[in-house]
Amino acid sequence: MTITQTRPGEGQGGAVRRPSRLFRNMSAKVAMLPLIFTAVVIFLGGTLWTVLYSFTGSGLLPRLEWVGLEQYERLWGTRKWIVSIQNLALFGFFSLIGTLVIGFILAALLDRKIRGEAVFRSIFLYPFALSFIVTGLVWQWILNPEFGLQSVVRELGWSTFTFDPLNNPSIVMYGLLIAGLWQGTGLIMCIMLAGLRGIDEDIWKAARVDGIGTVKTYVRIIIPMMRPVFVTALVLIAAGIVKLYDLVVAQTSGGPGISSEVPAKYVMNTMFGGQNLGQGFAASTMMLVMVVIILIPWAYLEFGGKKNG
Amino acid sequence: MADVGILAATKAAQHPIHTLLDGPRGAKPKKKLSRGNIIVYGTLFVFAMYYALPLYVMIVTSLKGMPEVRMGNIFAPPLEVTFQPWVKAWSEACTGINCDGLSRGFWNSVTILIPSVILSVAIASVNGYALSMWKFRGSEVFFTILMIGAFIPYQIMLYPIVILLREAGLYGSLTGLVLVHVAFGMPINTLLFRNYFSSIPEELFKAARVDGAGFWAIFFKIIMPMSLPIFVVALIIQVTGIWNDFLFGVTYISSPDAYPMTVQLNNIVNSVQGVKEYNVNMAATLLTGLVPLAIYFASGKLFVRGIAAGAVKG
Repeated sequence: MTITQTRPGEGQGGAVRRPSRLFRNMSAKVAMLPLIFTAVVIFLGGTLWTVLYSFTGSGLLPRLEWVGLEQYERLWGTRKWIVSIQNLALFGFFSLIGTLVIGFILAALLDRKIRGEAVFRSIFLYPFALSFIVTGLVWQWILNPEFGLQSVVRELGWSTFTFDPLNNPSIVMYGLLIAGLWQGTGLIMCIMLAGLRGIDEDIWKAARVDGIGTVKTYVRIIIPMMRPVFVTALVLIAAGIVKLYDLVVAQTSGGPGISSEVPAKYVMNTMFGGQNLGQGFAASTMMLVMVVIILIPWAYLEFGGKKNG
Repeated sequence: MADVGILAATKAAQHPIHTLLDGPRGAKPKKKLSRGNIIVYGTLFVFAMYYALPLYVMIVTSLKGMPEVRMGNIFAPPLEVTFQPWVKAWSEACTGINCDGLSRGFWNSVTILIPSVILSVAIASVNGYALSMWKFRGSEVFFTILMIGAFIPYQIMLYPIVILLREAGLYGSLTGLVLVHVAFGMPINTLLFRNYFSSIPEELFKAARVDGAGFWAIFFKIIMPMSLPIFVVALIIQVTGIWNDFLFGVTYISSPDAYPMTVQLNNIVNSVQGVKEYNVNMAATLLTGLVPLAIYFASGKLFVRGIAAGAVKG
């Protein structure tokens, strides 16, 4: 082995084919075995396995007994799954908009050369360090209708004030939304703030010279310039929303009734609680489909044009 | 070159975040309180209340006795400070299966955490090193699959992993859970190390090769000593991520006695038996959040840098 053969970036391009090719750069290949195993066997293999078995009648144990699309037909005929999807759509829509709007507003405010920026930033970001379980349990307590926010406002004199998302099936998802936004907006704020700081100061000067107001400058000039940052944020939020699980388990356990069930929880319940593996496989395959629907247009937009470098 | 999308984004975000978030640029803030300033500070203050409130409520509730919790306002500071709820949460609270408090979950989490963090940082750093300096045919393909895997909902891989672990005789054991954490922490940490190592000048690497150093010698003698900050960032990502995990703990640990702290916390608070002791629940919740909070407040900028990369983990 000579130096030239193993220079970075050249490992793949040897001009002369030699029998020892497989063994060249051996240490690196051995060192990468855990990664190769994780990528190929766990991630790729595991995903394909589940998709394959979603077409079988697996119950308590997985078995290769083909039933075609029966699991999917049953899935879409189950009310709990339909409710889960509706909840996820509702939560996803408001969470996406709320996170982007609040994240951007906070970042823009922090970017106004204010005092105490570090303090505000620490306060906005600390919830992100906490787990969804902690988040869910705190908000469960704050939204407790008997002792929490509702009773405090009533004691202040507004005796008809009613906000009991944890007891009221029609607004329970908003209770989860408040907690979800609390936990996740800090991260998006950080990404947005970095984006804002990356914008040339001269743009602001030019806008001022032209007499354009601050808000108008943000809407017309800054936000369009930050398109890549918004796209990144969007993908991060969307991929996180599909995984929504721990928060629901901690805050509402899916209740009242089934009014705050979500797909990830449906998968867990059928797979490990209901001994109904086929349903769990079909439901998790649908989750994968959702992520693919989110990611494909984005990947196409970002890399479609300039692919093949 | 063939950076998958996901990560181009993070890669782009990583650099500005840690240089740009260091502080405001330009002139010092003006002293005068203009109308615009009042709006800016006012809005920030209102938002700060929303974010700070839950931590405050957790603290005050956990310091009150149960009669006071029932009588009073959740936002009111305790009239009589008591640490009884903390003691009870730590050593007596019941999960429905056992009644020795959260301490059991805490130590379970610690025993899960230590090997998981060490192993995943070690493996990810070597992966990142191989991917940036010892590329071979196919190495980028494996990396791409790994990164796409970070976006796939975990639920779809849960059962196949059960089978793998069962075949290896590790299902339900601590070792199994550690391996799962190592696997799922791999994408983000490998990315982190790969991007960092790619920025190390190639001349350094070449010089070491000329001197006859091999794969491991270069890694341990040259790369590692000059990359301490990135190891700390990876450490922060892994410690908070693994400590906060619920899904893997509940799936791959079969004995309730071995559940990590988050799972135990959820079982204590959402247990349907007995009278609800909100003060004990809040003390328990705060106790579980204490480790990541301590890391957050102690690490400051490094945490921000970590989440900029860790964002992918979702």
